[in-house]
Amino acid sequence: MGLRIQHRIFERDNLPVEFSPAIMEKFRQLIARYPEGRQKSALLPILHIAQEESGGHLRVDVMDFVAEMLQVQPVEVYEVATFYTQFRLEKTGKYLIEVCRTAPCAICGGEDILDRICSRLGVQDGETTADGLITVQSVECLGACGSAPVLQVNTEFHENLSLEKVDELLNDLKKNAETEKDGKLKWAEKFC
Amino acid sequence: MGRKILLEKIDIPGINTFDGYRAEGGFSTVERALRSMKPDEVTEEVRISGLRGRGGAGFPTGLKWSFLDRKSNNPRYLVCNADESEPGTFKDRFLMERNPYLLIEGLILSSYALGSNTTFIYVRGEFKYIIGILEKAISETRKKGFLGKDILGTGYSLEIYVHSGAGAYICGEETALLESLEGKRGNPRIKPPFPAVKGLYGCPTVVNNVETLASIVPILAMGGMEYVKIGIGRSTGTKLISACGNINNPGVYEIELGLPVEEFLYSAEYCGGIKNGKELKAVIPGGSSVPVLPASLVCRTASGEPRLMSYESLADGGFATGSMLGSGGFIVFDEDACMVRSTWNLSRFYHHESCGQCSPCREGTGWMEKVLHRIESGHGRQEDIDLLVSIAAKIEGNTICPLGDAAAWPVASAIRHFREEFEFHVNNPALVSNPRHISFAKHSQVHV
Ligand SMILES: Cc1cc2nc3c(=O)[nH]c(=O)nc-3n(C[C@H](O)[C@H](O)[C@H](O)COP(=O)(O)O)c2cc1C
Ligand code: SF4
Ligand code: FES
Repeated sequence: MGLRIQHRIFERDNLPVEFSPAIMEKFRQLIARYPEGRQKSALLPILHIAQEESGGHLRVDVMDFVAEMLQVQPVEVYEVATFYTQFRLEKTGKYLIEVCRTAPCAICGGEDILDRICSRLGVQDGETTADGLITVQSVECLGACGSAPVLQVNTEFHENLSLEKVDELLNDLKKNAETEKDGKLKWAEKFC
Repeated sequence: MGRKILLEKIDIPGINTFDGYRAEGGFSTVERALRSMKPDEVTEEVRISGLRGRGGAGFPTGLKWSFLDRKSNNPRYLVCNADESEPGTFKDRFLMERNPYLLIEGLILSSYALGSNTTFIYVRGEFKYIIGILEKAISETRKKGFLGKDILGTGYSLEIYVHSGAGAYICGEETALLESLEGKRGNPRIKPPFPAVKGLYGCPTVVNNVETLASIVPILAMGGMEYVKIGIGRSTGTKLISACGNINNPGVYEIELGLPVEEFLYSAEYCGGIKNGKELKAVIPGGSSVPVLPASLVCRTASGEPRLMSYESLADGGFATGSMLGSGGFIVFDEDACMVRSTWNLSRFYHHESCGQCSPCREGTGWMEKVLHRIESGHGRQEDIDLLVSIAAKIEGNTICPLGDAAAWPVASAIRHFREEFEFHVNNPALVSNPRHISFAKHSQVHV
């Protein structure tokens, strides 16, 4: 995470927060993993699912909903959501491309990969394309340095990248966007 | 040399399924330990084996387990550290992906030894597919009666749960990990009290690395006395090394501790030498947090002895001419790598990952990143180099957790061994002002 020292005003948008019965059941199962009275422990796993179900970022209302479910103060959720890099508070593209920028990837061409993606999409690191399809974000070591350079699309690994492979990937994403409803890997399916 | 015990069966088809693993003798140590050994006898085997923590610090596992407060009336917990976020390290991912049941078996043995009835695996959030693999392995194992209530009718009960992180290197530090597991920010705790006394939910807790816990299986299978014979001196057993950077065969290798670094780096069985026939420039042998070794100190120590892949040999010469085995993240730089740029890159990493609790780390990492960037982009001043050394020295040893040291050592060691390269940057701003001058070192002909 790190030093995202920032002053942020948490404003509610008063839009409804609703999760399907299946997802609510997942939440209950996750909470049940932790000892009596320690339901707050389920916060990170639940936020992952809540974020994905809410379209890729955490609205304040969603965080408040989670706080109520876990019987903690809203601020206890906000402080966690702002600490961990995988939780996103801004609107994020359908596909989040996270490009590793740390030294082992960088010495294997990782910086060129990031440049290529940004220039092909016409965005800067951290930005989302105008059509809301793709967000590009540089991240720190993804624990896959042996197949550098590496990136993730919605936490799906793409490894041993080359400029050609990246071009192909971007084309695929645009193509898939029309047919695919969501990203491929769903948190809720992985847990429990 | 070349003995494999963790990855021995990795290529057997179906080893990543319960039945395939079981057919290869999997879970037989659990049957034996739970039926015929007392928990303390399991701990004793681990102590005898001389196994040292594979997460980075190399602390003897048996000793760590002996510190667990067994008198407390609170529940005891085992937590498996699968955060794997040290740059250059990707061995636990490999093990969990290819041989997940080995970890589950190790977790059952270790939980039994420690008296934990609820054990957590803390996996970094970016490894989502690994979480899926582990969840499946746990549920299969449970179906077959090796997890759950009254395992194999022995009266011992155990549940294992996977818990996901969400992108924070600091959560690999054991007390930050525990905070994160409790649903909080990953701010490391002040020690003492140590987790062995007050850990998860204030209860006695042991935190061990994935590879450490997987190693418990072969230790119990062969006995601590046999395990001690593998390896060299106090570096017993085998170690997974994840090799990356400018080499021909990046990947995860299991080595017997004591293997000469030269053999590891150049033989076709392992790294296969430097890519594209280039010259070696430097190696960070144990994950980004340990000191960098210049080419001249990689295969030999300062006294001319062959350098070995062991805790002792890699540390030979202390910080002046040695480094550390650390997590086994072996990062190789070829002659084209710019040490200033790489050091700046790592400083940025530590600044980004500092939790911000202590000022030497929070401010110091930021300053190091800034000053290094200044030098790297051709705006450096002569006094900047000593300024960096002084910032590093002020962070080291003055922080709550070792991330401060981990941020200081790469900078201090890079300047110690590659000072001319930093000076070259300061003295030749025009040559280095291109921000992407990866092959700077080559045309400047310094320190090859
Ligand atoms: C900043 C920091 C990051 C760490 N990251 C990891 C990690 O990703 N995985 C790990 O096993 N240990 C990591 N450690 C070491 C743990 O604190 C702890 O020592 C280790 O999990 C103990 O297990 P072991 O005795 O089996 O090695 C880290 C330590 C620090 C200070
Ligand atoms: S040393 Fe750094 S990461 Fe560790 S507690 Fe202090 S500020 Fe946080
Ligand atoms: S540095 Fe990119 S995955 Fe580790």
